[in-house]
Amino acid sequence: MSETYWDRHGIYGVMAEFEDPEQLVEAAKRTYAAGYRQMDAYSPMPIDGLAEAIGFTRNWVSLVVLIGGLTGCIGGFGLLYWIAEIAYPHNVGGRPFNSWPMWIPITFECTVLLAALSAVIGMLAMNKLPMPYHPVFNVPSFAERASVDRFFLCIEASDPKFDLEHTKAFLKELNPEEVAEVEK
Amino acid sequence: MKTEDIEQKAIDPGPDKIIAPGYTYGSVTDKIANVVLRPIQTTPKQWWISLLIAFCAMQGLLAGAFWLFYKGVGVWGIVIPVAWGYAIVNFVWWIGIGHAGTLISAILLLLKQDWRTSINRFAEAMTLFAVAQAGMFPILHLGRPVLAYWLMPYPNSMWLWPNPRSPLVWDVFAVSTYLTVSLIFWYIGLVPDLATMRDKARKKWQKIAFGMAGLGWRGSAKHWARYQMAYLLLGGLATPLVVSVHTVVSFDFAISLMPGWHTTIFPPYFVAGAIYSGFAMVMTLAIPARKWFNLQDLITTRHLDACAKLMLGTGLIVAYGYGMEAFMSWYSGNPNEMFMYHNRATGPYMLFFWALILCNILIPQSLWSAKVRQNVTALFLVSLVINVGMWLERFIIVITSLHRDFLPSSWGMYYPTQWDWAVFFGTIGFFLVLMILFVRVLPSISIFEVREVLHHLAPHVLDDGKHSPKPAHGD
Repeated sequence: MSETYWDRHGIYGVMAEFEDPEQLVEAAKRTYAAGYRQMDAYSPMPIDGLAEAIGFTRNWVSLVVLIGGLTGCIGGFGLLYWIAEIAYPHNVGGRPFNSWPMWIPITFECTVLLAALSAVIGMLAMNKLPMPYHPVFNVPSFAERASVDRFFLCIEASDPKFDLEHTKAFLKELNPEEVAEVEK
Repeated sequence: MKTEDIEQKAIDPGPDKIIAPGYTYGSVTDKIANVVLRPIQTTPKQWWISLLIAFCAMQGLLAGAFWLFYKGVGVWGIVIPVAWGYAIVNFVWWIGIGHAGTLISAILLLLKQDWRTSINRFAEAMTLFAVAQAGMFPILHLGRPVLAYWLMPYPNSMWLWPNPRSPLVWDVFAVSTYLTVSLIFWYIGLVPDLATMRDKARKKWQKIAFGMAGLGWRGSAKHWARYQMAYLLLGGLATPLVVSVHTVVSFDFAISLMPGWHTTIFPPYFVAGAIYSGFAMVMTLAIPARKWFNLQDLITTRHLDACAKLMLGTGLIVAYGYGMEAFMSWYSGNPNEMFMYHNRATGPYMLFFWALILCNILIPQSLWSAKVRQNVTALFLVSLVINVGMWLERFIIVITSLHRDFLPSSWGMYYPTQWDWAVFFGTIGFFLVLMILFVRVLPSISIFEVREVLHHLAPHVLDDGKHSPKPAHGD
C-alpha cells in the first residue's frame, strides 16, 4: 500500500469505544458495509462473528498445523527408518530391520509435537506477535480497559476511504461511548 | 481499594452454577487479577505456611539427589531382582497426575463443557509441574545421569543410535513431547490474561514483566480468530497425546514378559488410572486454594461435583482393570500368572495390596452420594485417599511383579531406604512450591474464558431479577 496523507501526519486511525460486544459487532458490520476495509475490532475475549464482520475470512492456522503435522509424521518415521535400516542396522531375533509397527509410537509423538509447535508459532507469526509497541495503546481508555471490559473499533488511516473528519463523524453515528484519534 | 468488598462476596452459589450471579466483565477481572496484584502483606497466612512446609520438603530432593550423585544408585533400596524401585513408581505416579490437567483443558474443551473454564488453567499448571517431577526420576535412576542425553537420537562419534524398538525410547519421545505441548498449551492460554495483568498492574516492574510475557497482545478480532483456531487444534492434538503418553508408559511394562506386566489391558487401565489420580490431585490443590483466595464463587460446588463424578467414573474403570487382572491370571491357566496374583494378595506385600483396594475401590464408592460430592471436607479427604491409593497401585505393579518372578532362586525383597523417601517427598515439596507460587504470581483462573462464559450466560442465566437486565455488560 502506498503512503497516504495520514501516514505522513502521524494519525494511525480513529477509534470508537463501545460498552457491549453486540454493539461492537453491529458497528463493525455497518463500517464494513460503508466501504471501509482497513480496520480492526478489539475485545477482551473472543466474540463469535466479530472477525467475519470486519471482513476477516481467511484463517491459515489450520493449514500451517497440517503442514507441521505431516512434516513431523514423515520426519519421525524417516528418522526411525534411517536409524534402523541405514545407520545402525541391528538384527533382533531375525526380525526385519524396518519393523515399522514399532515405529508408530514415536512417529505419532513427532507428529503431535511438530503440529503443536507450528500451531503456536504459526499463530503468533501471523498475528505479528510479539509486538512491543502498537499505536492503539496511545488511546488512554484502550490501554486501561481494552483487555478488561470495553470493546473498540478502529478504522485505520491506511484505508483509501479514510478522512479524519468524515470518518470520525461516521463513527459517532454508531452510538459509541467515545471516539478518539489514534496517534502513531 | 476494592479488595475488601470483592472478597466479602465470595459465596459458593451451589451445585447448579458455574459462577456466582452478579458478576460483570470488570468485576470478574478485578477479582482474579487481585489475587496476583494484591500487596504482599495481604497474602493469606496459610499461603506462607504452606510455602514454608513445601520448601522444607523440597530440601529432601536436594539432599537426596546430591547424595545419589555422589554415591550412586546403591543409596536407594533397589536390588536385583527389583531394579525398578521408587524411581519408576514415582515416575508413573507423577506422569499420571499430569493427565487430568490435559483432560480438563483439551478433552473438555472439545466437548464444550463450560465448567472447565474456572479450573483449566490451574489444572494445566498442575500438569506441567507434575510432568517436570516425573521427568526427573528416569534420569536420577540412570547409573550415570550425566549421560542422559544419550537417550536422544543425535549423530555422535560412537556411531551409536538408540534402539527405536524399545518402549523406553518411546518414553523419551512421549514424555518430552508431553512436557513441551503442555507448556505451550498453558502459556498460550495465559497470553490474553497476561495482557490484562499488564493493563491492570500499577507497579512499573509488574507492567514490564507482564508486558513482556503478554507479547503485546491487544485483543484484535483477527488475532482472536487465529488464536481460537490454534487453541482448538492444540486441544485436538493434546487429546490423543494424553492417551498416548500413558499408553507408552504402560508399554514399558506390557511389552516385557513379566507375569503381571505382560497384559493387553494395561494401556486403557493405565490411562483411566492416570486421569483418576489427576482429578484427585486437582481436588487436593483446588480445595485449599479456592479457600485461601476466596474463589468459592468462581470455583463452585458445581466444579467439585463434576470432578468427583469423573473420579468415580474413572475409578470404576480402574476397578474393572483390577478385576480383569485377577480374572485373566486365573483364566490364562498359566502357573506363573496365577502365582503372581496369589503373591500380590497374600504375599509379603499383601498389606499394600489390600490398602490399595481400600483406597482406590472401596472408599471412592462414597462418591455415589451427592452429599459427599458436595461436602468440601469429605471430598478433600477422599481425594487424598485416592492419591495414596494410586501411588500404592504403582508400587504393587512395579514391586510385586519383580520381586518374585519365574525362578524362585532369584526371588528377593525390596525395602526403600531413607533416600528413596527423601527424594519422593522432595518432589512433592518441589511440586507444591511451584503450585503455591503459581497461584500467587499468575492468574490461576482463565480471566478471558470466564468473560466468555459471562457473555454466553448474560441474558438468561445470570439475570435472577435482582440485577439490571444485562448484568454482564460494563460495570
